[in-house]
Amino acid sequence: MAEELLRLTNIHKSFAGVHALRGVDIVIEPGKIHCLVGENGCGKSTLIKIIAGVYERDQGDIMIRGKSYPQLHPIDAIRAGIQVIYQDFSLFPNLTVAENIALNEELAEGRRLVSWRHVREIAQEALAKIDVKIPLNARVEEVSVANKQLIAISKALLNNARLIIMDEPTSALTEREIRSLLEIIHGLQEQGIAFLFVSHKLNEVLAVSEKMIVMRNGRIVSTGDAEEYDTARLIFEMTGQKIAQRSYRFTPEEGSTPLLRASNLKADETLNDVSFDLYKGEIVGVTGLLGSGRTELALALFGMLPLDAGHIEVEGKAAKIDSVQKAVAAGIGYVPEDRLTEGLFLEQAIGNNIVVRTIDQLRGALGLTSPAQVNGEITEWVDRLRIKTPDPDLPVKTLSGGNQQRVVLAKWLASSPKIMVLNGPTVGVDIGSKNELHDLIKQLAGEGMGLLVISDDIPELLQTCNRILLLRDGRIVDVILPEATTENELAAKLIEE
Amino acid sequence: MEQASTQPWYRRLSFDSHTARLMIIIVIIFVAFSLLLPGKFFTVRNMQSMAVQFPEFGILAFAMLITMLTGGIDLSVVGIANLAALTAATILTGLGGEGGMSASIVIPLAMLAALAVGSVCGIFNGLLVARIGITPILATLGTGSLYTGLGYVVTGGPAITTTQFAFLGNGSLLGVPIPVIIFIVLTIFFAILLNRTTFGFNVYMLGTNPVAARFSGINIDRVILRTYWLAGVVGGIAGIIFLARANSAKPDYGSSFILLTVLIAILGGVSYTGGFGTVTGLVLAILSIQFLSTGLNMLMLELSGSSAAIFFRQFAWGALLLLVMVINYYIEERKKRRISRQ
Amino acid sequence: MNRILRSNEALVAITIVFLCLFIGLRNPVFFTVGNLFDLLRSSIVMGIFAMGVLIVIISGGIDVSFTAIAVFALYATTKLLLAFSPEAPIIVAFVIAALIGLGLGLINAFFIARFKLPTLIVTLGTLSMFHGFLLFAIGNQTIRRDVPPALTSFARSTLLTVPQTRGVANLHPGILITIGVVIFVWLLLSYTMLGRSIYALGGSREAAERAGFNIARIQYFIYGFVGLISGIAGMTFGSLARQANPQDMVGTELSVIAAVVLGGAQLTGGRGTVIGTLLGVILVVIANNSLILIGVPSVWQRVVIGIIILVGTGAPAIQAKRAGNAAFGLAE
Repeated sequence: MAEELLRLTNIHKSFAGVHALRGVDIVIEPGKIHCLVGENGCGKSTLIKIIAGVYERDQGDIMIRGKSYPQLHPIDAIRAGIQVIYQDFSLFPNLTVAENIALNEELAEGRRLVSWRHVREIAQEALAKIDVKIPLNARVEEVSVANKQLIAISKALLNNARLIIMDEPTSALTEREIRSLLEIIHGLQEQGIAFLFVSHKLNEVLAVSEKMIVMRNGRIVSTGDAEEYDTARLIFEMTGQKIAQRSYRFTPEEGSTPLLRASNLKADETLNDVSFDLYKGEIVGVTGLLGSGRTELALALFGMLPLDAGHIEVEGKAAKIDSVQKAVAAGIGYVPEDRLTEGLFLEQAIGNNIVVRTIDQLRGALGLTSPAQVNGEITEWVDRLRIKTPDPDLPVKTLSGGNQQRVVLAKWLASSPKIMVLNGPTVGVDIGSKNELHDLIKQLAGEGMGLLVISDDIPELLQTCNRILLLRDGRIVDVILPEATTENELAAKLIEE
Repeated sequence: MEQASTQPWYRRLSFDSHTARLMIIIVIIFVAFSLLLPGKFFTVRNMQSMAVQFPEFGILAFAMLITMLTGGIDLSVVGIANLAALTAATILTGLGGEGGMSASIVIPLAMLAALAVGSVCGIFNGLLVARIGITPILATLGTGSLYTGLGYVVTGGPAITTTQFAFLGNGSLLGVPIPVIIFIVLTIFFAILLNRTTFGFNVYMLGTNPVAARFSGINIDRVILRTYWLAGVVGGIAGIIFLARANSAKPDYGSSFILLTVLIAILGGVSYTGGFGTVTGLVLAILSIQFLSTGLNMLMLELSGSSAAIFFRQFAWGALLLLVMVINYYIEERKKRRISRQ
Repeated sequence: MNRILRSNEALVAITIVFLCLFIGLRNPVFFTVGNLFDLLRSSIVMGIFAMGVLIVIISGGIDVSFTAIAVFALYATTKLLLAFSPEAPIIVAFVIAALIGLGLGLINAFFIARFKLPTLIVTLGTLSMFHGFLLFAIGNQTIRRDVPPALTSFARSTLLTVPQTRGVANLHPGILITIGVVIFVWLLLSYTMLGRSIYALGGSREAAERAGFNIARIQYFIYGFVGLISGIAGMTFGSLARQANPQDMVGTELSVIAAVVLGGAQLTGGRGTVIGTLLGVILVVIANNSLILIGVPSVWQRVVIGIIILVGTGAPAIQAKRAGNAAFGLAE
């Protein structure tokens, strides 16, 4: 029997009466790569925080390398070799690479004075362990996301990590960066260091994982060797339901004018000669890796990225879109990638978020805003998009991810746009709401809207789009019809170089 | 639930627990001073004397309110007010007076000039913040120095004295002092502007999250520009009141008003990060500051008889601000605990 | 090299050089030792204040109460000495002022660390409280003629005397206090874990917490230390002016903050250097003191200061806007 690095038995945890973990058992083996997958809200992050000692469990046992910990404080977890790399890496953007790496070590040594030579030595040594070179004097804010991740890993190694837990490790990396990251991880694995990747998306990390742990509703629903799982099984385990594969078909009428025509769009180094048409009732997918120009394309259509060349036509008429106001006037709406910072006014009432686009039209006597009309509008959209809230006066931050996205959609739909650009429409949304959102997108297309769905969620693209544009280095390199491809084929094309 | 959703959004914005607390505080202050100072505080005479005092800084507080709602601040507003007052005074003494143009022409002209100066200064602030992108605190710190400096350049240093605006400062309409009337008109104006216009709505949204405002198609540059322009006009109006009350204009008049108005805004529940704050809260804060300062003055004078008593209110203002913040802290903590217990 | 030239320090330094050349060519008096000593004398107090403000701004906070602390410490110390020990040596005065400053600074720290209140609002409140308390409870009359003799003799003392064409130029030893504070702050920020933790806190509070820094303790140090050196600055001010006026200094806090920001410190925290701050102070002091030498009437002084602030903050803002990250608001 292999030695166990970590064993959790029957872990329970509740918050404010909500049972976040209901009897979790997991085993982590040294030198193995584990992958913990589950939907948002399934209890993954609570579990990580319990392992890291940040949260106290209500019930259950934790054994690290055969030693039982009735109480696990963060410092105990670190001493036992458990290191968590959070999604934001916990680095200091204003400090140098060397200092970021060495800071914890210096603290651990109980130093009061800084020896800059010592800092450099620590950093050099740490980076040498994973055999990478990053300029030590660069400020962390100046280095790439991939390098930030490597800095976080080398920091973890300095603390004699036995188990490195990584939250969404590849979410912002390009294919090449992922490959070199995985190489480094394999190297560390040979030294007996275990990894636990945590992810809500089915992506690259699955390919290298050896052990799968699937969570749903605060329970481990399935564990086993990675070979036993394919995408379909994982989705089934994560959601507890079989998702019917429904595709969306569409053929434009002969000779009809496209709703949107983009010709030879060029911007900086991010867009290079991009041309496509979007017809009424069409749902066109746009996919590509991070940095492929997919978000830049959306921003260009929305007037936020100045074009160096090319032109845009809406319903056959040239539209010079150089500001958000002009995009809106041309009938283009945009649901941004980062819902929390770009899409919503988190602290404001749900209702205020809904009417922000249309407030100017809801005026009564003397040209003043009419409260009755405003309330009518809010009630209408809460009902129409079935936004689940006891009271639209509550701040929008009280809603779940899916309902928040509905609010963003309501905001745009209220102003009846002709074209909607949706960037990552279901990121951070649970599977149930995801399907409802997909149905809504199809319904909107059915009503005559043209939609552009930007996503790297392959099943989503295949289920909702009638055509998929594949972007690479700012160019459209392929146009794919969902009925003529498979998930694996599209996934392979996505990461081709 | 049905009830809640029929609440108009402006009411949601304008009445919160902070305002309720402020009302309780104001009642306590009022009752306490009336009891402690029998026959002195709660008298017609004292009410009248307080009524002519608060509009001076009260009007300036509106400039602070509207800029803070967008997540900014206007530190230059007192400089604007003084420059406007000096411009008006220069016109009054230069063109008006004996042998000059008739008062019926010069006085409106001087008022218009004051408002024009306020507008220009406000628009300049707005351009610096919206177009150039300077952080408001630094932009208006710089322009504050600039406008005050221009005041010195205009006068060469000394005050310009004229009594031609005195009818505003001392006059009253139906027994209500004219500065109070101006204050009430501005209160109504800002209440409508912030609660019942698209511009007001956009100010709140922009202050809550400028990035989301931009992604929602709000022309944020224009909203910012208009906000600072309005603050400048408010400064111009305040300048007219300065001149009317003091019968003279000085480049460095009322420099303590900057901190006082920030204090009023915070006390009134305006969020220092923007997006939240109400006219109701602001007016309550203005009144409580006035009651407090008059009441404390009287009380200290009565107790110690020393002239130093007037400084006690400065201490009390700061203490009140910290007290309200600490109370808010404990209330938030209790709310959090209640939620986690549920 | 390119990176150095584009840095904020370089920009300010170049501006200073051009300003000096411009003023010096118009009026050679600028380049005399006497003028240099005058400029240094004018930088003494602002230099000390600026070091305190720098530390606060690096930590991601802001302090507007330091002038009130300074004048409080100056006036209270003078009163104490007059009451109990008028003949005490000058060092005693400085120690008392520093301790009073430390105490007031810790009051700031208490509200900031214990209640996690925003620093601007806390210090705005304490500015009003400290100054109000001083004026009503301790005194509001300027102590001019009967200041303790140690103060007067310190005011008259010189560090260096250089003969000039007319009379002599004297350098006041107060500059040594500023130099001492500057060196201390530089060592603190660059070579101690405490200094690095201030940068870390300003860079990312969350990461600092996760790394195991005791945020409250760092904040107690920051605001306590700022209070302490503000007390020293206040005493220095009084001993240069040979008087204790309870209305002095308060109202100048924003120009000190402006000097620090001109020197490259960012109000968002995490960034700022001692060298840059010194350059910022020098620029403001030259603009304040030397314009009169080239025939700019003194009434234009504030206009010029305003323009310097706007240009100094506008240039990086335009750069940032070009780089695509416009910043608005106090919040950011």
